[in-house]
Amino acid sequence: MTASRALGRLASLALLLLGAFAILLPFIWMLSLSVKPQDEIFSATFQLIPSRLEWQNYVKALTETDVPRYLLNGVIVTAGILFFQILFAVPCAFALTHRTFKGRTALFGLILAALLVPFHVTAIPVFLGFAQIGILNSYWALILPFVPTAFGIFLFRQFLSQIPADLFDAARVDGLSETAIVWRIAFPLAMPAATAFAIFSVTAHWNDLFWPLIATTDPDLATPPRGILFFRDEESGDDVGPLMAAATLITAPLVIAFLLAQRKFTQGLATGGLKG
Amino acid sequence: MRPISPTLRSTLTNAWLAGPATLALLAFIFVPVTIVAVLSLTDYQFGARSFGWVGLDNYGKLFGSTLGRRAITNTLIYAAIVIPVSVGFGLLVAVGLFRMSDWAPRLSNVLRSVYFLPVAATLVAMSVSWQMMLHPSLGVVNQTLIAIGGTPQNWLSDRGLVLYTLAVIGIWQSIGYNMVLFLAGLAAIPADLYDAAEIDGAGGNWSRFWTVTWPLLGPTTLFVLVITATNAFRVFETVATLTKGGPAFASDTLVYALYREGFIYFKAGYASAITMVFFAVLLTLTLIQFRLVERRVHYR
Repeated sequence: MTASRALGRLASLALLLLGAFAILLPFIWMLSLSVKPQDEIFSATFQLIPSRLEWQNYVKALTETDVPRYLLNGVIVTAGILFFQILFAVPCAFALTHRTFKGRTALFGLILAALLVPFHVTAIPVFLGFAQIGILNSYWALILPFVPTAFGIFLFRQFLSQIPADLFDAARVDGLSETAIVWRIAFPLAMPAATAFAIFSVTAHWNDLFWPLIATTDPDLATPPRGILFFRDEESGDDVGPLMAAATLITAPLVIAFLLAQRKFTQGLATGGLKG
Repeated sequence: MRPISPTLRSTLTNAWLAGPATLALLAFIFVPVTIVAVLSLTDYQFGARSFGWVGLDNYGKLFGSTLGRRAITNTLIYAAIVIPVSVGFGLLVAVGLFRMSDWAPRLSNVLRSVYFLPVAATLVAMSVSWQMMLHPSLGVVNQTLIAIGGTPQNWLSDRGLVLYTLAVIGIWQSIGYNMVLFLAGLAAIPADLYDAAEIDGAGGNWSRFWTVTWPLLGPTTLFVLVITATNAFRVFETVATLTKGGPAFASDTLVYALYREGFIYFKAGYASAITMVFFAVLLTLTLIQFRLVERRVHYR
């Protein structure tokens, strides 16, 4: 190996490590503050590593604040959204790929058109409609608008179109109903697509602030991002430790899931980008 | 009882399978889009019993008023910073990590995860952490600046700085995503092209990059540019968490303005006009993106 090549490697290594440190800094800072005693947070001298670990911040966040409630709401809302998305999208994708009917092309066109509409565009009318029927400030308000997922249908359609029709014909000969074929044959086969979609959907809705900010005012219904803003705005600056512990608790589930299943996560989130 | 005919049966099955999703798409996407387009021509306020037609007044107000223009310019400035920097760094990191995987594969994988971390993390919670880092007296940024003899800044409350601060956070959040897309593009370049380039005399890192990597990454780069642009134009979470569009609307953006006018001031008509302008920008970008996806599939 030549000296210049070694030098090149060293330079790129140094730059990449520097960049990685910059990327990690907000995470390190969050963790560091979350275990810092109060007096060290407010000391004028800068210490990254606390002199002692103050686990009390976490205890306080978990017992004296609504953080557990926010986490639970996050689970209910993301699970609810994912459940209904799959319940609606898989049969539709199956019909689009393995059944012929009038209007099939038109329906696919409709789905492609729906892919062009960012959620923000529909917020005002959906809010008006929900106000009209009186379901603002409920879990339904947080779940329902995301049930129709053009992206999900699109993804499942791509996947199911690659599965040979013989498989489903054989099941029909065996006397299975179309509904049974969808859920007992097509859906298990489409698991890879479902996993990618689930990662994308759960990440998007766990992290979303826009719609929860609009659809709910009740703190008991706050999803994690909405909840941490309630917490921050109430504590008015003297409870930084517990606030950062709360931020850590809210970020942790997805970050840990990502670290455990990196390839699947990267794939799922990269596919999600196609949605635009 | 007469048995149902097979055709009717089949039609019913189709309706049962595809109907719910179709109805939901109509109810939650197509009907709302129509309503928002109509509302943008009215002076409707949430809760009001009636409304009047005002033609294009709402659009006039958006493009004609200082505040409306501010939101548009801010969004454009934000996008103009975030797009090139985030795509540029994404490419640099991807090329660096791709090369590193030859001589330090494990470290390369670890760094790849590190760069991707902000994409999976909850942006609102991370923004709260940024707020602490950027705190005028207690934050690590100003304390470091003081330590090296610089001047501390009010990163989030200085009118001239705030938009750039938000842009930096936007870049921090999106580099990893772009890196992943570039890494996929790099992995798809056949290794023998590099060998061929070497035989032709393009053996150095630099000439390898310009003769092989860059031209072959062209389609990926376009794709990444458009995706980054769509995300930049949607900026909302950081604004809502850190500045609420302030100080004095210095960090107001299109989506935040739409939220504020619509859901804080309840001006549904005006907010609908903002929505339509935002939609027009995103629609253009998404259509370009669709074209690119199609082309990529074609060439594969």
